[in-house]
Amino acid sequence: MHDETKVQITVSVNGETYTRLIEPRLLLSDFLRHELKLTGTNVGCEHGVCGACTVLLDGESVRSCIIFAVQVDGQSIETVEGLAKNDTLHPLQELFHQEHALQCGFCTPGFLMTLVPFLRDNPTADEAAIRQALSGNLCRCTGYANIVAAVKKAVESGVGR
Amino acid sequence: MSRAGRAFGQRARRNEDYDLLTGRAQFIDDITLPDTLHVAFVRSDLAHARINSIDTTEARKMPGVVAVYTAADLGDYWAPGPLLVPPPPVKRLEFFERTQVPLAKDKVVYAGEPYAAVVATSRYLAEDAAALVYLDADPLDAVIDLEAALAAGSPRVHEDLASNVAAKVTQFKGDYGSIEQSADLRITQRFVYDRGTAAAIENRGILAHFDPKAQKLLVWDTTQAPIPIRGGLARMLGLAVSQVHVIAPNIGGGFGPKIMMFYPEEVVVPWISKQLGRPVKWIEDRHENFYATTQERGQIHDAELAISKDGRIVGVKDVFLHDNGAHNPYGLTVPINSQCTLIGPYDIPHYHSEFTAVFTNRVTVTPYRGAGRQHGVFVMERLLDIAAKKLKIDPVEIRRRNYIPPEDFPKAQEVIYQDFAELVYDSGNYLPALEKALVHIDYERFRKEQQPQALAEGRHLGIGVVSYIEGTGIGPYEGARVCIEPGGKISIATGIGTQGQGHYTAFAQVVAEILGADIKDIHVVTGDTREFHWGSGTFASRGAVVAGNACHAAALKVREKAATLAATLLESSPDQLEFCDGVVRVAGSADKKISLGDLAAQANPLRGAVKPGTEPGLEATAYFGPDRGATASGVHAIVLEVDVETMMVAIKRYVVVHDCGRVINPLIVEGQIQGGVAQGIGNAFYEQLHVDENGQLLNASLMDFLLPTACDVPTVISDHVETPSPLTPLGVKGAGEAGTIPVGALYAQALEDALRPIAPDLTICEIPLSPNRLFELVYGDEKTSPGRENA
Repeated sequence: MHDETKVQITVSVNGETYTRLIEPRLLLSDFLRHELKLTGTNVGCEHGVCGACTVLLDGESVRSCIIFAVQVDGQSIETVEGLAKNDTLHPLQELFHQEHALQCGFCTPGFLMTLVPFLRDNPTADEAAIRQALSGNLCRCTGYANIVAAVKKAVESGVGR
Repeated sequence: MSRAGRAFGQRARRNEDYDLLTGRAQFIDDITLPDTLHVAFVRSDLAHARINSIDTTEARKMPGVVAVYTAADLGDYWAPGPLLVPPPPVKRLEFFERTQVPLAKDKVVYAGEPYAAVVATSRYLAEDAAALVYLDADPLDAVIDLEAALAAGSPRVHEDLASNVAAKVTQFKGDYGSIEQSADLRITQRFVYDRGTAAAIENRGILAHFDPKAQKLLVWDTTQAPIPIRGGLARMLGLAVSQVHVIAPNIGGGFGPKIMMFYPEEVVVPWISKQLGRPVKWIEDRHENFYATTQERGQIHDAELAISKDGRIVGVKDVFLHDNGAHNPYGLTVPINSQCTLIGPYDIPHYHSEFTAVFTNRVTVTPYRGAGRQHGVFVMERLLDIAAKKLKIDPVEIRRRNYIPPEDFPKAQEVIYQDFAELVYDSGNYLPALEKALVHIDYERFRKEQQPQALAEGRHLGIGVVSYIEGTGIGPYEGARVCIEPGGKISIATGIGTQGQGHYTAFAQVVAEILGADIKDIHVVTGDTREFHWGSGTFASRGAVVAGNACHAAALKVREKAATLAATLLESSPDQLEFCDGVVRVAGSADKKISLGDLAAQANPLRGAVKPGTEPGLEATAYFGPDRGATASGVHAIVLEVDVETMMVAIKRYVVVHDCGRVINPLIVEGQIQGGVAQGIGNAFYEQLHVDENGQLLNASLMDFLLPTACDVPTVISDHVETPSPLTPLGVKGAGEAGTIPVGALYAQALEDALRPIAPDLTICEIPLSPNRLFELVYGDEKTSPGRENA
């Protein structure tokens, strides 16, 4: 039904190319989760505030709940599923584990996808800069301290470099 | 007692992290079944209205729509939900039960109440159609203000009741009336605590699949209590309990509202699936979460403290109103907690407390992390602060003078607690926590040096130190099954749900300690009724206490079985055996040993004969039910700085010294404390649900309802005191809510301290605050701060 209104898009997600016929109003978050079954990207508010749905669009953090999937036609997306390689955690994931930087874990993929480009661009960030960078992602369980600690360790160990 | 074991007490990294970090963990909306239909609920815009009719004609014609249901379609299934917690046995208690309904029928009683459910092939199409469901209703005046709700002539939320009174409860200890007139000093004050919302980052959701061929219902639900959900759904749908399987998957934060049971959506979605014979899913969106998920915290207290001139409490009288919202499925848990927690760590010989719970046209109130304890602590701590100021006693010293001494435990408080038993503090030792907190916050130096120096530079620093107790680990019971598998892995199954507390690790530590296994070899299942089907749920900081002790008991039974078998195989006796590194060995012998896996295989022979009465496998189930809850306690201390032009607050230092008895995993407990403090800070200074006189919520988004961010929450300095609970073999007490409970009281004390140079008479009697509200309290209606007068 309504196929005449559907639009074909081709996107690269975590290095794999997908072509799909979709409704123009489909949110990128719903596209990733329900069309591609990449459910690691979580949805917390659907108005771009909580940051749980953060993914990388051509390497930069964006909120997939306030972008339509048709807007990313021809572009490249990275989600949390792309971080660990061959069952080995990305160094940032490993530091989150070591520092107990997650509790329920629902917001965690969004934090990770915010931090990957942040550390790339700010490999020597201090605590104030780290907290500022994290302030667009809401976490209701951890009180942030251990996330901050994990990022500080990431800076010390040169994760962003 | 504070020694850590080989697993118990260790800062073990969590077993659950890998799945959560890689996106593999399954939250409710990650679970998909073929041919799933999606529901959009249609919710009332009005807080109070009489329904004339609901027109679904247009909605039914929309593309993708499979069905639209209203209350009329539910037939006999339509019934008010169960009373989850009956009122406790307090004499002369009055209680009027009015529980939520699946879909509004004759009246809507809060903005957000659902009155229709649209079922379509996608959520997008369901929402398109939901916009075309028309409600014809006559608006009624809304009952919002607690005092106006009790005035003669007020509109009534439930018109079949004589008034908006939902309950009246009076409890007392000693005889306050006998000392009222003779006290050296009496302080009377009104305190107001307003509502917030838990705002878990994951909203609620439910996926139900009734298979018409198998005649079985499978439900995934974001509930903290999957077992009661299973029993309740079976009863409502006319199914045997064995036909219903409920799974609480990974849950993105609970905090209490997910222990509320039989939300309208929880009742309607499985029914729709049974009607249609297809999987049906509903995922709450954030907007709905503000209107449809239960909330907490509206109370007004008129309190009186009678105190001697040397600062010793003689008695406390407290009369309060409790905002119940539209329904009271959770009975009196929240106001009873307020009533009982007010006593705090103090020796209060005479206590009189009475409350009236009030129905309002607002979202129903059920426990949210702290569950009424905040209010009690706020009132008591504030009364002591006011007394300290009048009597010119240091606020820390007045607390010191009133603590229950350690030799007085167990301490009977003569009032009935939320678990229907008399409130008896099982154990406690309050002074050491206070003294530790003072060292960490550097109290003396702050008073003598830092504060005056800062003031000389025009900076306003304040310090606060408050105490609290937390009733935790209440009954009735939980159970666990522990099994050593032939591969050497160990499985634990328990009925409680998990929402991020680290159960997969903490329970593994408890069992690993007994069986000498690596916690990484232990696999924990929670919240799946097929794996374990007895239990009550995750609430009241009871997981580690009640389910933890059940795991402990089950592990001991398994160890006994394993030891008996190993003794035979190794030609030894059970008391000669030690369990370590995944093997059972004869003490002092390097080669007389057998691995747990091999032992499990031996315990389950597939051929041959066994002795009569032999139970297969190395498996055992055990239950734990405490007589009463274990009372945790602690002290929070803060140094904060106030910008007196903007009333923005910066936290300079935050200390928590907590006593939750023996600690299973300090990493997890400190995480709970830190996270709890963050939620407490939100409650104290950011998060307030603003409604107008019509019951319309004015800030229903995360842009307007502000949760604290990484810039607002400091890294808490955590320390522990361990006073083991004598009520449980593990000696543990709960720790889940301690971080949040005293933060409002702490803010108030520290803000008054910081603002004393410019507002010496400021007495903060309300929470939540905000920079705006603090500005008004300090500068009144002047609208500008003194620093800006000539600008």
